[in-house]
Amino acid sequence: MSRHFTKDHEWIDVSEDVGTVGITDYAQSQLGDITFVELPEVGSTVGKSDSVSVVDSVKAASDVYTPVSGEVVAVNDALADEPEKVNTDAEGEGWLFRVSLSDPGELDSLMDEAAYTTYIAGL
Amino acid sequence: MRYLPLTQADRTDMLAAIGAGSVDDLFCDVPDGLLLDGPVQGLPAHASEITVERHMRRLAGKNLAASDAPFFLGAGAYRHHIPASVDHLIQRGEFLTAYTPYQPEIAQGTLQVLFEFQTQVARLFGTDIANASMYDGSTACWEAIAMATRITRRGRALLSCGLHPHYVSVAKSMARFTGDTIASGTPDLSPQPGENELIAQIDDQTACVVIQYPDILGRIPDLTAIAEAAQATGALLIAVVTEPVALGMIEAPGNLGADIVVGEGQSLGVGLQFGGPYLGLFGCREKFVRQMPGRLCGQTVDAAGKRGFVLTLSTREQHIRREKATSNICTNSGLCALAFSIHMTLLGGEGLARLARINHARAQATVKRLSQVPGVECVNSAYFNEVTLTLPKPGREVLAKLAERGVLGGVALERLYPGVDELRNGILVTASELTEDEDIETFATELAEVLS
Amino acid sequence: MSAPNPSGWQPTMGDADYADEGFVTASGDRGLLLEEALSFEIGSAEKCGVDLIEPEHEPADALAPFLRKHAPDLPGLTEPEAVRHYSRLSRLNYGIDLGPFPLGSCTMKHNPRLNEKVARLPGFADVHPLQPTATVRGALEAMQELAHWLIELTGMAGVALSPKAGAHGELCGLLCIKAAHDDAGEMRDVILVPESAHGTNPATAAFAGYKVESIPATADGRVDLAALKEKLGPHVAGVMITNPNTCGLFERDMKAISDAVHAVGGYVYCDGANFNAIVGKVRPGDLGVDAMHINLHKTFSTPHGGGGPGSGPVVLSEALCPYGPLPFTERTDDGLVHLVEEDNADEFGHTKAFGRMTAFHGQMGMFTRALTYMLSHGADGLKQVAEDAVLNANYVLRQCEDLLEAPFGKAGPCMHEALFSDTNLPEGYSTLDIAKGLIDEGFHPMTVYFPLVVKGAMLVEPTETESRIGLDRFIASLRHVATRALNGDESLHAAPVLAPRRRLDETLAARKPVLVWKGEDSG
Repeated sequence: MSRHFTKDHEWIDVSEDVGTVGITDYAQSQLGDITFVELPEVGSTVGKSDSVSVVDSVKAASDVYTPVSGEVVAVNDALADEPEKVNTDAEGEGWLFRVSLSDPGELDSLMDEAAYTTYIAGL
Repeated sequence: MRYLPLTQADRTDMLAAIGAGSVDDLFCDVPDGLLLDGPVQGLPAHASEITVERHMRRLAGKNLAASDAPFFLGAGAYRHHIPASVDHLIQRGEFLTAYTPYQPEIAQGTLQVLFEFQTQVARLFGTDIANASMYDGSTACWEAIAMATRITRRGRALLSCGLHPHYVSVAKSMARFTGDTIASGTPDLSPQPGENELIAQIDDQTACVVIQYPDILGRIPDLTAIAEAAQATGALLIAVVTEPVALGMIEAPGNLGADIVVGEGQSLGVGLQFGGPYLGLFGCREKFVRQMPGRLCGQTVDAAGKRGFVLTLSTREQHIRREKATSNICTNSGLCALAFSIHMTLLGGEGLARLARINHARAQATVKRLSQVPGVECVNSAYFNEVTLTLPKPGREVLAKLAERGVLGGVALERLYPGVDELRNGILVTASELTEDEDIETFATELAEVLS
Repeated sequence: MSAPNPSGWQPTMGDADYADEGFVTASGDRGLLLEEALSFEIGSAEKCGVDLIEPEHEPADALAPFLRKHAPDLPGLTEPEAVRHYSRLSRLNYGIDLGPFPLGSCTMKHNPRLNEKVARLPGFADVHPLQPTATVRGALEAMQELAHWLIELTGMAGVALSPKAGAHGELCGLLCIKAAHDDAGEMRDVILVPESAHGTNPATAAFAGYKVESIPATADGRVDLAALKEKLGPHVAGVMITNPNTCGLFERDMKAISDAVHAVGGYVYCDGANFNAIVGKVRPGDLGVDAMHINLHKTFSTPHGGGGPGSGPVVLSEALCPYGPLPFTERTDDGLVHLVEEDNADEFGHTKAFGRMTAFHGQMGMFTRALTYMLSHGADGLKQVAEDAVLNANYVLRQCEDLLEAPFGKAGPCMHEALFSDTNLPEGYSTLDIAKGLIDEGFHPMTVYFPLVVKGAMLVEPTETESRIGLDRFIASLRHVATRALNGDESLHAAPVLAPRRRLDETLAARKPVLVWKGEDSG
């Protein structure tokens, strides 16, 4: 399994061509307390960088872009009752949705953990 | 000038303190030639309170106030008694001169009122929740349609022909932008609203069916049948209530299956005011809360654990979501919501029911007496406090002649539906708790003379 | 994801452990600091504050199938209880009547009581919108007179009075623009909006079916004219510019912007929220504006009432006038003022009017108040209003810029509002702390975290209502709070501690919304 990152602060873990997507711990810290997560519909087809989800805090709403193209195969239903999981475990239990990748080659354009760490240090 | 506290000496000192030579130095970013060198031409100079009041009284005096005539108008704006304490309370400076409660620690008065208002509206409408108000009934109606198109992802709104024509016009103006389809029609003078014709027009592209309750002619549609038909195709039922006092007597639309209930709240506490400001009421099912327009007040606690209220779910709104907001509404009708809420609190549910029964009884007495005038017939089989009457002559002419005789006798359907011949002889007549027997008698007598 | 939390606002609850009087009261009240229960908790179904005599007979009739099973479940209060309930609640509120309310861009100025008195004259307040025209000549004259003032003050050709508030006026202006393009057979789908714009601008444009493209700002806080020109083209329906802008600055290039937009066939919408800074000094018509709403509740002193009602008449250029919404007033040569509606629009030559924005004629109750204000000030007084508002704002700017970062302070004077940011505050201190600290000082805070283009923005608009003494008191408090932050005074994080409530848990409110009272168990 490998973890990749986007400049827009999404992470994706890929296992057998299914990617699990969430927002990074850095992003959740910038947002503050997350109050609501709007998730994509399972079965919908999404294109790389499409806005497919929205993460709300009290005074901000941020679009989440999918790092890869494909079909949404699962969403994290637990966030409906406990959106705070994105705060407490953004890169684990706070995952947002899973995409079955249509073009695994898209992963090549993403950052690895070291590159992302360097990137946010420069923000 | 009585509203400007700075003295000339203050101005001089302050300019010196900030290092400006003259006040026009502060306007230095205005390009040459565009800064006016004196007061705007063609307008009078400042005037005393005495002078201004005299001028405005003269204008006001040219109008025939409802209180100075037998009065029977309705059609979306209703005259009711407003308890004296309502106007006193809304003029308390802490309510009148406050802003939108963005700093909740020092706006708990407004916020608690909004929470109470939302609860009152929800209970009156039979909906799970309600928002903190919209501009008026007509704009709330469009917002409900827009919300239904977002929820259903369909673009056709089916408007019952009993919906107030101004509300239809607003929806059509807005749909011109959004590209939604608005299906609407003109009512006919049948005793009942014709639910079956409406149901027949529902299709799988219909986002919502919009029905006024009671309708523009004062008839009362069967909401249950329409709700079932709409929801069977995945459409939402939007009920529009232009006379909330009716809900003291007839069943709440939310209890009959309406998904969204909107209304005009002017009847309670706000008054006629020649058409505005009025009060948009907006209630709906809880599951649609994230698609709702407008402000919402919610309960929470403060750092010391005390109950308090805040504006909440703001990420739906324009100041955060900008072009993705559920609506562009910002300022709403806060003070009118306060007036409504105070009036409703003074009445209570039982008082509202009593008020409604009085309204209905006065309307019955009015219909009974006017029906004795030769050539006058009542269209409705059922009504609350407003009915459609047909006359042997065009309604608009008759009402103009009645006005000359000091009687404000109703609203001509011709005014609402210009050019529709079948409706020309129709008038809407409304009675309320303010309608006295002698008003009815004067109306009947004068009407008989005008028609003879 | 898109920029997380552009405003920088973060919820902070403060520290609940604060010193109080050392004892508790049985009532929960503390002297004149009064608590108040919900009306649902103190009212009951038997109580009523209105005497209503039951009708003598209640005949069973055709209404029977529609009757409610139960009266609405709403408790009532008698009059003394209701008066007390709302009077006590009012005391939990801050209002302009109590002191400065320096909310930038909201324009909280004194609400003259003559306005209230006039608006309540039965000839205005107790008149039905659909009365025969002959019985409402005075009301129509008042509307016509207001229209005249608005047209003369803005140098425009006409005005649509009916929009209900500023955002509704924006929609009206864009509808006129859309109607004009439609009439010319042009398909244009983009509205350009500066990134510093108020949220209603992009929301309105999107609500109206337009694509919104953002125009960047220059380093001195204005629209980047070159960037705007690059975005212009035959697909651009128009621009929405706020002038003076949301940073409190006059758009020096406004005329050039208008000329460039007109050159490609677009129209210029001006957000008139800040017209109070230039009323009587500059006429938007001279700047090439095609449509502009005027918030009567800002510039012309009608009360905000805790969030409305507003009133947003839209002045229109010659080019857009034919497309204004129904209804409106028009004076004929015989001196009579007429109401132009659906049935007589053709007769008056208004064949292109697009329909209604709202039922009836607009916010009459606000028209009479605003007209009263205009007549009181006169053309000379309104000019003084703008000058005093701008002078007061610059005074605040110059008296505080040594302590609080003023992002555009060096570039020249501001207009009616002074903009600060929290960038010079120490780690852990933010705009929120300054705002809440001001509450403990007895002031309403300024607008915070707006405009979004400035990090931790604080927008101070004193208006012409403040006296020199009042301003000096406010400045002393703002400086005191800023100093507390600069000195790392941690107690500031708990502010306010002297208001009716401490910081409220907005996260809880949003995560678990409680929007209506559901009985004792709802807390």
